[in-house]
Amino acid sequence: MDAPSPRCIDTTAPALLICEHCDTVHRRRPLAKGEVAECARCGAVLERCRGMRANALLALVLTALVVFVQATLWPIVTLGLNGQYVAATLWDVIHMMWLDHSQVVAVLAAATLFVFPLAKILTLGWLLAYARSGRRAPGFRPLMVALHHLGPWTMSEVFVLGALVSIVKAHLYFDVLPDPGIYAYGALMLLITVFAGVDLTRLWDETRDEDAGGAP
Amino acid sequence: MSALPRADELGLIGCHVCGQVCRAADTDGGDAALACPRCGSTLHRRKPAAYTRTWALLIAAFLMYIPANVLPIMRTASLGDIDDNTIISGVVELWVKGSPGLAVIVFCASIMVPMLKFLSLGTLLVTSRSGSNWARRQRAQLYRLVELIGYWSMLDVFVVALLTALVRFGFFSLVEPLPGVVFFGLTVVLTMFASMCFDPRLIWDGKEDSDD
Repeated sequence: MDAPSPRCIDTTAPALLICEHCDTVHRRRPLAKGEVAECARCGAVLERCRGMRANALLALVLTALVVFVQATLWPIVTLGLNGQYVAATLWDVIHMMWLDHSQVVAVLAAATLFVFPLAKILTLGWLLAYARSGRRAPGFRPLMVALHHLGPWTMSEVFVLGALVSIVKAHLYFDVLPDPGIYAYGALMLLITVFAGVDLTRLWDETRDEDAGGAP
Repeated sequence: MSALPRADELGLIGCHVCGQVCRAADTDGGDAALACPRCGSTLHRRKPAAYTRTWALLIAAFLMYIPANVLPIMRTASLGDIDDNTIISGVVELWVKGSPGLAVIVFCASIMVPMLKFLSLGTLLVTSRSGSNWARRQRAQLYRLVELIGYWSMLDVFVVALLTALVRFGFFSLVEPLPGVVFFGLTVVLTMFASMCFDPRLIWDGKEDSDD
């Protein structure tokens, strides 16, 4: 072997792993870049070694933030009928559902398409900005716990597919013009797919608490 | 394969939130007050009242699923011509007039995924309760699949919301959400909570026989 591949395990990492899906205890093995450890009993992913360091991840998070702001502010699609045009942004969608007696849907959409994704991006950015130098950001513990609980409640990628279906449906009756917002959403979808492969629990092992006796 | 030790047998608990391996030595009585030393989350040997909570949420979701399918989810009105669409008629309309490919996607997201969730979670609850040894690995995979695809059911809700916001040419054309879409949104949220309340470790808790 020529160059030593980057290893994901360091001496501070705990020696044991417990599979959260079946409670099997595993001895931790060092993983090479791109490798995935699977549970021998149930086949669930135990941990993966991401190729990216905190720096690269932070860059991606910042990109996601820019794209997210654009996707939220810009109109998504424009419909035309007899020379009349109507465009809609994400906020129009939420507002219209609220006015049309579907407040439950409006709240769901606001939470899963705006509040939660934004919270996830900002939290990740904050944590990674400190993790670059192996430090824990202020509020590391509650933020990591919050990030875990946000889990599947961000649905931007579902919205992209929904927009696609809406365009096809509307195209039966109207002129449909895609707006920049839909491209921003497409880009956001790609970025989300990249993040989905990142094992964030590793941040617990890779960072050290400064007040809790981490030697300088 | 029987040499794989389980945390429970070794007196260990894995933290759900941060993955920390914790000792459960001094918690024979109950694990109510035990917190993870690293992230502060409450530690559970198994999720509390997993069967009761999952059943309750699953049944509630199913009750919501009935009006979600029976009631129309969207009204399209153009030039006095009013048309109420249910989930199924929306799929049919896409298939006939638009693109069959998208119709298949919407059918999967709105009809197959919720049904799959009801059937799989129901099966998992029944077989795990009885400590069944049957197809454990496949059942574990089924649970992970349900967790992974569950939230895609929101697709139809977003379609209705987007069309409502877009199609508002006043007198000529109008799209309105109808109560069915609220019930459908609630179904999706409740099934997501149901699958979160289930503890996949229960699948493996019965007696283990030779083959696995």
